[in-house]
Amino acid sequence: MSTLLGLLSGISLLIGAFFCVVGAIGLLRMPDVYTRMQAASVIETLGAGFILLGLLLHAGLSLAAVKLLMIALLIFFASPTASHALARSALLRGVKPALADGEEGPSKP
Amino acid sequence: MLAAATLALIVTVALALARAALGPTVFDRLQAVNTIGTCAMLLLAVMGFLNGRPDFLDLALVYGLLNIIGVIAVLRFLRQGDLGAPGVPRR
Repeated sequence: MSTLLGLLSGISLLIGAFFCVVGAIGLLRMPDVYTRMQAASVIETLGAGFILLGLLLHAGLSLAAVKLLMIALLIFFASPTASHALARSALLRGVKPALADGEEGPSKP
Repeated sequence: MLAAATLALIVTVALALARAALGPTVFDRLQAVNTIGTCAMLLLAVMGFLNGRPDFLDLALVYGLLNIIGVIAVLRFLRQGDLGAPGVPRR
């Protein structure tokens, strides 16, 4: 049973690590602020989620598991708030989203 | 696996740091800083388990709280101060 839990924990950690690196590559290569924000949100949802799940399986039933749940709760509430504030602030500052030819941006932020 | 996750998180922080150095607008830099903060939280948690000391989770929790407060504070400052791009009319 413990080997099965260890295997699942390792797989979750690897999936989370993969999504973190993918999100960081997206953060580096995407063309404008809003798409970069979208790429970075992969790190905060899938990457953090799978890494915390892996650590949770690693920790078992203990105080560390409760702390990990608290960290997951914090990330899942705080990171959408930060992304929303960032996108709204960028739009109010007049940063235009990069669009394809022939499309129009939002008239009012 | 814990070591692999640590390595991947370090690579993530390095790439986000490159974006923070390159980023044309201040919002790119802020997004990169926010990502680095999230990765530092995860890194603290993983390193705690890697060293067999899960007490580091408390530090990760405090780091996350400070991270969100820092990002929101800088955004408020951007809205009301003038740290943004020069030439943009203030709202």
